[in-house]
Amino acid sequence: MIHEIPLNKLPVGKKARIKVLSKNVLPKRRLMDLGLIPNTIVKTERISPSGNPIAYNIRGAVIALRKEEIENVIVEIID
Amino acid sequence: MGLTSKSTGLSLLKNKYDIVKEDRDMIVIALAGNPNTGKSTLFNTLTGLNQHTGNWPGKTVSNAKGTFKYKDKKFLLVDLPGTYSLLANSVEEEIARDFICFGNPDITIVITDATCLERNLNLVLQVMEITDKVIVCVNLIDEAKRKGISIDIEKLENRLGVPVIPTVARDNKGIDELLEIIYQMINGNIKTNPYRLKYSDEIESIIKEIEPILIETLGTKYNTRWLALRLIDGDKAIFNSIDNILKKYSI
Repeated sequence: MIHEIPLNKLPVGKKARIKVLSKNVLPKRRLMDLGLIPNTIVKTERISPSGNPIAYNIRGAVIALRKEEIENVIVEIID
Repeated sequence: MGLTSKSTGLSLLKNKYDIVKEDRDMIVIALAGNPNTGKSTLFNTLTGLNQHTGNWPGKTVSNAKGTFKYKDKKFLLVDLPGTYSLLANSVEEEIARDFICFGNPDITIVITDATCLERNLNLVLQVMEITDKVIVCVNLIDEAKRKGISIDIEKLENRLGVPVIPTVARDNKGIDELLEIIYQMINGNIKTNPYRLKYSDEIESIIKEIEPILIETLGTKYNTRWLALRLIDGDKAIFNSIDNILKKYSI
């Protein structure tokens, strides 16, 4: 079974591989500028008390992203 | 009306970015980089100014300016806001991009974080797409060392085709080398050969159609290939930037 989920559902401490970015051009461009491209490995670092935003380790930097920005990003859990 | 002396670099800088050069020979250097890589620290080190530095992104929202001298040259350093990209997702990106593209700095220094170099190279490539006159600083090299990361500066330099200098701006390390490279580049002793992305035949052929029109309207002062690419992107902010330039000088 392949675990494909939206990025915002990735639990703290888990790693995943990016499969699909957003379909809209602008949000997609922004995510790519932040280092998220297909096959990038991301790890959920911590979740803010309200559950939004969520901090991810993306290519060596910790970046907080809003739920709305990443619910269309599909990832595959690897670890 | 064609390009006039009013529409060239100096007055553009003055109008759009409130930059006043003390004299005509002053060399303009733009300082670009991702947020929190040490741009303002390098800025302070070079200018001896005490601009506020802080360990959070987004601190430098508009441009900060300072001057310094090296050998017989005077330099004006512009500290741009930290950005991940120049494709204008935000005001900061627009400021940085407009300055690099329309402000025509003599040199653009891109400062990168050695501890996560890969993610900084996106901006480096984007800047190199606009201008040839680029120097890359790999900053925080001490922190990288502590994390067990070593950077092959020579290889990076060969792959990028522009000078790469390791620095620790906080401790003044690498600054003399940087100044010397800047000086040599201004004197034409260093030729760069920036790595440029090649696009698909389809895109390249559209560029060939658009670029002559841009040259006709804007002249050759700006990087029309890059502007053509942004137009293909459907980037609305670039329309505004071009509009502003056309209006200001009623070309």
